[in-house]
Amino acid sequence: MGEVSRFWRESVHRYRLMGNQCGNCKRIFFPPRDVCPICHRESIGKMKDYTLSGNGTIESFSVVHDVPPAFTRQRPYIIAIIRLDDGPSVTGQIVDSDPGEVEMGKRVTSVFRRVAQEGESGIIEYGYKFVLA
Amino acid sequence: MSDVYIIGAGETKFGELWERSLRELAVEAGLKAIENAGIFSRDIQVLYGSNSLAGIINGQENIGALISDFSGIAENHIPAIRVEASTASGGAAVRQASLAIKSGEYDVVMVGGVEKMTDVYGSEIIDLTSSVLDREWEAFFGATPASLAAITARKYMADFGVDKEALAMMSVNDHLNASKNPDAQFKNKISVEQAMGATPVAEPLNLMDCSPVSDGAAAILLASEKYVKKNKIDGIRIASSADAQDYLAVHSRKSLYALDSARIAGKSALEKAHVKLDDISFAELHDSYSIYGLIELEELGFAEKGHAKDLVFDDIKLGGRIPVNPSGGLKAKGNPFGATGVGQFVEAYRQLKNKCGERQVKGAKYALLHSMAGTGSMSVVHIVGGE
Repeated sequence: MGEVSRFWRESVHRYRLMGNQCGNCKRIFFPPRDVCPICHRESIGKMKDYTLSGNGTIESFSVVHDVPPAFTRQRPYIIAIIRLDDGPSVTGQIVDSDPGEVEMGKRVTSVFRRVAQEGESGIIEYGYKFVLA
Repeated sequence: MSDVYIIGAGETKFGELWERSLRELAVEAGLKAIENAGIFSRDIQVLYGSNSLAGIINGQENIGALISDFSGIAENHIPAIRVEASTASGGAAVRQASLAIKSGEYDVVMVGGVEKMTDVYGSEIIDLTSSVLDREWEAFFGATPASLAAITARKYMADFGVDKEALAMMSVNDHLNASKNPDAQFKNKISVEQAMGATPVAEPLNLMDCSPVSDGAAAILLASEKYVKKNKIDGIRIASSADAQDYLAVHSRKSLYALDSARIAGKSALEKAHVKLDDISFAELHDSYSIYGLIELEELGFAEKGHAKDLVFDDIKLGGRIPVNPSGGLKAKGNPFGATGVGQFVEAYRQLKNKCGERQVKGAKYALLHSMAGTGSMSVVHIVGGE
């Protein structure tokens, strides 16, 4: 899926977990948004880069068995929604953990990993995943 | 503004239709609807095509032209437009068609929904259907539609103390009803034990919690009040329609199990129709995953938050207090994305005409139809029936 430019464009946010903050209401967003959905016009031009700590709590998760082709080698994997301490929630994998130890409410921290590979010689995509803290 | 009436409906069988093409399916449903309405194709003034994924599954865009051309109406030169709203395309297309009639511009409109999903190999379809999610911030990391529904299910079950058995009952009900629907993909009844013990897809959801990969098409003809009266047609009225949007990604919403789009669209549709929930004879819900069926029952007002479990064992059955998915629903009638929402209208039309045989909802007066995009980013709710 997609061209090299797409991954290059998003890489700073995926590699460093960089979102942004509304200069008006101070809410923090991830992924970054050009317009704050609360402040609308008042936020335009006031959205500032904000690097998230990567620490958070597992809100919920699933052990995924039916996976897309790019994830075949990782099957089964754990996908979760993590509530970050900074405010926003993100979707990401939980790795390096015994599935039996993953529970809602447990603490996690982000790590930089290979996310997927498109075929034998396709683009290798990197980004954040999470490990139990 | 003119009232809008359904004057004809038709659909193909839903299922894995390996021998049928995208265009064949669309044409079959369209011709059946025209035949059923007893009009001629030259009477149709505009065509709304509903489709979600033909661009990436079949490499075919320009769906409006494809359908109109192969339905044999190219030389009528009527406009043919595709409506795309992911898995809510069907409901969205019917709403656009209704508005076109209400505007006074048209008197006879066709809505045709189609999806041809089996033209890809193996797990490729999981990647393609993940395009209804946020590709960059959900699917990129390995989230799939099923896994996000599973994340919702796990949190919902924990917070409200709901057992997996309640989810299974949605699928049991769908299969039972589908066994009485000749157009349905699955005709087999399933037991609670079978529904609970199926192969895991994305834990805690298994194969019996998930709608299948389906091919199929459905079409309806809509007409203005003026046209129906002039031609003395006994149409079925669309009492109201409403739609609402929410954040694209689950992680951006106010909670993992809030379907605000369903709640807002449902409330608005009931208000516009001047109809109370107690007046609804049956509901067709967008239960692409069993968990969504339960949450939709709550968001639409049939149960308090966390209490859909009190409805799913008895009340949602045919003959129950609020029959759900007499057609068989997305789990068992099938879920060919672009056709799914239009197919709900085919069922409503037949039910309200009292032509559903074994699965007939007795004395059906009003139907509530809910069509939803992806994991809940949009809902379209229609109330059909009444005078």
